[in-house]
Amino acid sequence: MTAVARPLRVSRWVGGPLLAALAVSLLLAAPIRLVGLPLPEPVTLMVPAFAWAMIRPAASPALALLLGGLVLDGLWGAPAGLWAISLLAAYLPLLALRNILAGQSPVVLWVWYGLACLMAQSVGWLITAWISGAPPSLAAAGLQWLATVLLFPVAALLIEHFRDADVRFR
Amino acid sequence: MSFRDNPFGEVRLPLLLGAAAAALVALVVAFALLMVDRRQTYQTGAYNALRKASDGVVAPVTGAVAAPVRWAGGVGEGIGGYFFAVSENRRLKAELAAAQAWREKAVALADENARYRALLGLAVDPPVPMVTGRAVSESRGPYANTRLVNVGSDRGVRVGHPVLSENGLVGRVVGVSPRVSRVLMLTDAASRTPVMIQRTRARAILTGDGGWAPELAYLRGQDAAREGDLVLTSGDGGVLPRGITVGRVVRGVDGGWRVRLASDAAPVDFVRVLLFEDFVKLEDLRVLNRPSPPPPPTPTPRAEPPAAATTPAGQPRGAVP
Repeated sequence: MTAVARPLRVSRWVGGPLLAALAVSLLLAAPIRLVGLPLPEPVTLMVPAFAWAMIRPAASPALALLLGGLVLDGLWGAPAGLWAISLLAAYLPLLALRNILAGQSPVVLWVWYGLACLMAQSVGWLITAWISGAPPSLAAAGLQWLATVLLFPVAALLIEHFRDADVRFR
Repeated sequence: MSFRDNPFGEVRLPLLLGAAAAALVALVVAFALLMVDRRQTYQTGAYNALRKASDGVVAPVTGAVAAPVRWAGGVGEGIGGYFFAVSENRRLKAELAAAQAWREKAVALADENARYRALLGLAVDPPVPMVTGRAVSESRGPYANTRLVNVGSDRGVRVGHPVLSENGLVGRVVGVSPRVSRVLMLTDAASRTPVMIQRTRARAILTGDGGWAPELAYLRGQDAAREGDLVLTSGDGGVLPRGITVGRVVRGVDGGWRVRLASDAAPVDFVRVLLFEDFVKLEDLRVLNRPSPPPPPTPTPRAEPPAAATTPAGQPRGAVP
């Protein structure tokens, strides 16, 4: 078997991006202000969540999103399960739509990525409103959505890198 | 047949179904965890082992990440201090002159207060012990506003203790592990804090929503608040001590009253955790009925010149009562 025909390992296309996204979230949690402003807090796991749905359907991304979401909850002090549910709620429709999204231009994919982020934020907003009994600030949710949407180029790179990496799925 | 002929064309649907099934199972597991965690949130001691472990990992990592930035900031401040030393010196001298007048006034007021307390036999609040820590991690999102501080149960910190910066109230402790504590910020959507407007003594509940300015909920009365009014903790319910500075009243874009937090005036770096014991959590309520300690001794009256001798009631002779 040549190197080209070697199947893509889960640790490469799922494990690596998962750890990278969590590492970035951990770094951004440092209490630092740059030019008087706090660091942004994007939902970095949305990047691999979108890319995994585009790369191929598999069971491992769902488990990775569950695990990563729980780690985010622990890191940010959110109720356990909040971000796992939000990410999976965005991932499931993407899985269903992946045949439509395949082959679209990056700009169109960016729009779809924004909609997926909106889905995750909406679910997080509803869960928080339900648990705390008061609606969270829409402005704060919007800022986090914007910071997450700006990360789409990383998702595009991941898709480009892994989409054709396994000859069995070309 | 080559790979280009797509030999896995027939198995695409099962793959998609398998992925969807795995996602649904993960969703159910996450929902179950949310239910369990939500039920535990309001129970004392529910800060489970997993959260303690994750806090123990996060705190040193983010602390290490922030260290070089703090160091660089310190160097920048040092350089700025060197170049602006003369103007800084002039400003500090002016401030010192103004503070001298305030100091004399404060000493006189403290003396007067002590005399009134002694006359009334008023039981004053005992001083609250505190420990100082450093914020090592923070979350600023719309659904969770918390910080990790590097003091924990080994320093006497417990759930419910209030946390202050040099400018005002920051939040309260919601989770404790041996060396790290998690602080729920006033801006968190789950935060509810009893407060009062200093000018009118009107009570309200400061309700966080993940935004920068928490809302003043349940504010009652006409002209209860105005833009710029000082907001303090009311001490209602015994959860927090009375009189801690919270912030200033501002009008929100939705027309409601909100509070610009005093702790936002500077980055929350070093914090003080008040080891304040909430009487609501006392296991033995009989301690509340124990006799109170004797009042502080009455200050000795100053020697007055004979011409200004006072009556037994404390009124100068000839003064209109």
